[in-house]
Amino acid sequence: MNQLSKQPINFRWLFTMAWRDSRRNRSRLFLFVSSIILGIAALVAIYSFGDNLRQNIDDQAATLIGADLVLSSNKPVTPIIQKLIDSLGDEKSEERSFVSMVLFTKNQGTRLVQVKALHGGFPYYGELETTPAAAGKSFRNAREALVDKTLLLQFNTNVGDSIKVGEVTFKIAGVLNKAPGQTGVSSSVAPIVYIPLKYIAQTGLMQKGSRINYSYYFKYNNPVDMVKLTKNIETRLEKEGVNHETIESQKEQTGKSFADLTRFLALVGFIALLLGCIGVASAIHIYVREKINTIAVLRCLGVKASEAFLIYLIQIVGVGFIGSIAGSLLGTFIQQLLPVVLKDFLPFEIAVTVSWVAIGQGIVLGVIISILFALLPLVSVRNISPLNTLRLSFEETSLIRDPLKWLVYVLIYLFITGFTYLQLKSWPQTIVFTACLSVAFLILAGTAHLLMWLVRRFFPFSLSYLWRQGFSNLYRPNNQSVILIISIGLGTALICILFFIQGILLQRVSLSSSGNQPNLILFDIQGSQKDKVASLTKNQGLPVISQVPIVTMKLDEVNGKTALQLKKEDNKNAPPHHVLTREYRVTYRDSLTNTEKISEGEWIGKASAGNIIPISVEEGFAHHNRLKLGDHLLFNVQGVPMLTVIKSLRNVNYNRVQTNFLVVFPAGVLEQAPQFYVLITRVPNSKASANFQQKVVRSFPNVSVIDLALILTVVDELLNKIGFVIRFMAGFSIITGLIVLIASVRISKYQRIQESVLLRTLGASRKQILAITALEYFFLGALAASTGILISLAASWALAKYKFDTTFTPQILPVLAIISFISLLTVLIGLLNSRGVLNKSPLEVLRRDV
Amino acid sequence: MENILNIKDLSKTYQSGGQPLTVLHNINFAIEAGSTAAIVGPSGSGKTTLLGLCAGLDRASSGTVELNNVSLNELSEDQRAQVRNQYVGFIFQNFQLLPTLTALENVMVPLELRGEKNIKARSLELLDKVGLASRSHHYPAQLSGGEQQRVSLARAFSNSPKILFADEPTGNLDAETSEKVVKLLFDLNREAGTTLILVTHDLELAFKTQRIIRIKGGQIVADERLGEPIVK
Repeated sequence: MNQLSKQPINFRWLFTMAWRDSRRNRSRLFLFVSSIILGIAALVAIYSFGDNLRQNIDDQAATLIGADLVLSSNKPVTPIIQKLIDSLGDEKSEERSFVSMVLFTKNQGTRLVQVKALHGGFPYYGELETTPAAAGKSFRNAREALVDKTLLLQFNTNVGDSIKVGEVTFKIAGVLNKAPGQTGVSSSVAPIVYIPLKYIAQTGLMQKGSRINYSYYFKYNNPVDMVKLTKNIETRLEKEGVNHETIESQKEQTGKSFADLTRFLALVGFIALLLGCIGVASAIHIYVREKINTIAVLRCLGVKASEAFLIYLIQIVGVGFIGSIAGSLLGTFIQQLLPVVLKDFLPFEIAVTVSWVAIGQGIVLGVIISILFALLPLVSVRNISPLNTLRLSFEETSLIRDPLKWLVYVLIYLFITGFTYLQLKSWPQTIVFTACLSVAFLILAGTAHLLMWLVRRFFPFSLSYLWRQGFSNLYRPNNQSVILIISIGLGTALICILFFIQGILLQRVSLSSSGNQPNLILFDIQGSQKDKVASLTKNQGLPVISQVPIVTMKLDEVNGKTALQLKKEDNKNAPPHHVLTREYRVTYRDSLTNTEKISEGEWIGKASAGNIIPISVEEGFAHHNRLKLGDHLLFNVQGVPMLTVIKSLRNVNYNRVQTNFLVVFPAGVLEQAPQFYVLITRVPNSKASANFQQKVVRSFPNVSVIDLALILTVVDELLNKIGFVIRFMAGFSIITGLIVLIASVRISKYQRIQESVLLRTLGASRKQILAITALEYFFLGALAASTGILISLAASWALAKYKFDTTFTPQILPVLAIISFISLLTVLIGLLNSRGVLNKSPLEVLRRDV
Repeated sequence: MENILNIKDLSKTYQSGGQPLTVLHNINFAIEAGSTAAIVGPSGSGKTTLLGLCAGLDRASSGTVELNNVSLNELSEDQRAQVRNQYVGFIFQNFQLLPTLTALENVMVPLELRGEKNIKARSLELLDKVGLASRSHHYPAQLSGGEQQRVSLARAFSNSPKILFADEPTGNLDAETSEKVVKLLFDLNREAGTTLILVTHDLELAFKTQRIIRIKGGQIVADERLGEPIVK
């Protein structure tokens, strides 16, 4: 053996060979890589957008918050805090915000809105964008209001008309186009009406029990070390339950929430990329099969197995690189669209700039992923024997025999998990995502294999030739069943899950209004108004389904520990300190309602003052906050301490319009406490509802009304906005699925040419060949779409049952429409791509070296 | 004269449907350097398998193959590839040109693999010898069958092999083209002093060699030495 000197690998020659070998296959190689272009484009667009967002948040954080420092509290500030407020800032503004009904006097329309009563020059950074522009400043000095543009449109009201808030009528000075930090979504959920603070008392809406948020905005004319300043006052603020925000904290918070958004979008983009990768793997698999003879000849001429492998790896890297560049360029273009798509979720206008970091990430990711997925079929190149030159017998190396394939599978799995973790930053979520993805892949791949097995096992020999040929194409060598079923099925599943979830959420809201369920809630009814509101309701011929007292209170101690003590201890088994910083709205009664069930302990409906009061806590709230039976809670009922003990935990069905409470006191202790009431009724139609609401708002301006129809509209609008973004992102997966489909069909065209030509030579007509092709793609499309829909039905059912706690009844018609549409689309693409074969004469193809 | 190929007790068994299938039984022969020989036999007799084993394309189940004093049994697939590149030339029934390479590039590949210099001129010279210098930049698909086989001849001789294996070299050609290709094959062989082993069932072609090894049912049934062959 000493005659054989060890020869080093000649990389230059390998590159030359890779180039030469690709010469007549380049269009096909680009077809392979086209599958990943959209996935890369989606990710580059999202990463670039994320970069732009970070940049814009840094630049515009001041306009999001509108001041250097904001203090806010949900109760009037104490003298200590008032003193502090007086000592802070060079300029300051005060705002009180609360929800209330407003009446549009022009057409007597009523609507629940967020009222902001403002005094001072806020916002100090950015502005209240209004039409006319001057209204943003001028309304503060007159009895004028700024009204959100969606409200004006909804009630067909214009600037110059008037609006009644509580007891005061304001002239509409301007249309509020944008307030600091406001987004399209927030304005559709809670549209804003600005009024001057000096009229707040006259409105009569500042009554005890009203939920009012008190905010103070400060501006410093000279730079101040905000970190130091807030550190100094932090303890005092916390003790009095006052929150504080600075430009820096706002930057951090906004950055964090948008990082979550971009991560989520990146994950949806990643699914598109993965789909594309399956396309690459499948395409390379077919490519390698076509190259067996070339590789065998090269091996005969003395090329080593590793060299043959490298020749094709170089091609893949090259094409992957070019595809990634193309994807990055496309992504940079799509990035321009994202601010438009996401405009309802953004609190500011995004300045779009090219992000070279994102482009770099896209290219690296594209190359890595094309190599990883191409490696699966490519490792087989090492096993192609030179004997194939004498007789062609390419047998797939089994996984057990080729440990390298296992290694590639492990690498792919690690890569997917690692990438997902980078997006989600949470191992449990990463595991759930990768597990769900794996299950979906396995189900689809399993279905494809099952289909092939079933067709082979129960082959319909009695059918006509065309059907038999169409069926047999599903399992014969070079079939595309697995790849098409996975790519079409996954795309269908994604879109359908989104569609079903939207349906579940809407159904959940609308279900609550069906039958004789209550659909109108009146709240903030003062004690003195209780009977009058009830009789107004009855006079309108509406039922008073229930009228529930509500007492607001604070929690001072849990098992003898204050918020500060709990915070200091930071004990993972003790309740978190924020349990003690919130306000509680509590009711009292002697029995459970029909939406409640005791899950632990014993319900006690009556108690007397002086003893420890037995209370009931909602089980979810108790579990989240580590509260259990026997815990002692010391409530502060507007100055009066009340020691209670948790005697029972309740399971509450939230699916019905009902006043549900986290904490319920027994009858006999809170009757004398300051309280307000909630009244629940049912209106038969929207006309009666509008009529009743007008009467309530006119007679009791402080009483707010929640109309279920309004909730439905808001939820629908919100879901449409979210749905649009998700559909846009899922569109990448769908289009990638289509590209994979087109690529697979085109690649298989080369495999099918010989067969179709032989069939034509033997006398098959164009029509017959078209029919065979159409049947094959119809089976594939219908099966893939059905499997995808089954997956989405299962996922939606699980989400409905375990996440939304409701039942799931899918609509049959849309499901059938989706299956038909996808099947027909698959057939259409299949036929369009096979057309080339049919248009050529058999002789032309037979003579050609394909 | 020294032997270039020594085959001793060579057997090859495949697994077919879970059952062992022996296609070659105890084959023994030796080929002298510079001589020509033909392996003939009916379809399925094992002659192509024998050629594959002799050329180091496959591994024997038992017995030894010694090519130019190198025992192929002990070599890995990559080492056998190196042996093929250094000592062996191939001609196939279906030409086996690389479809994405031009005629010239096809001829250059074995030389490139050896890392040799000045290969373009040598390859062009070979193409000229086979009468295809003017078609050097054509792809295989642009050449007729006979032309493809002539490129294949030029490629087989490009690395100056010690031994040339030809598997039914005229199997895919018409009579007239076959005659031209055969003449070219023997002329080039004589000029280069290469050992030539032909696998064929065309006895007319086999008689052009110095020796005919007849094989049937995986065994050598006759080994005839014909003396100096006559090539028309």
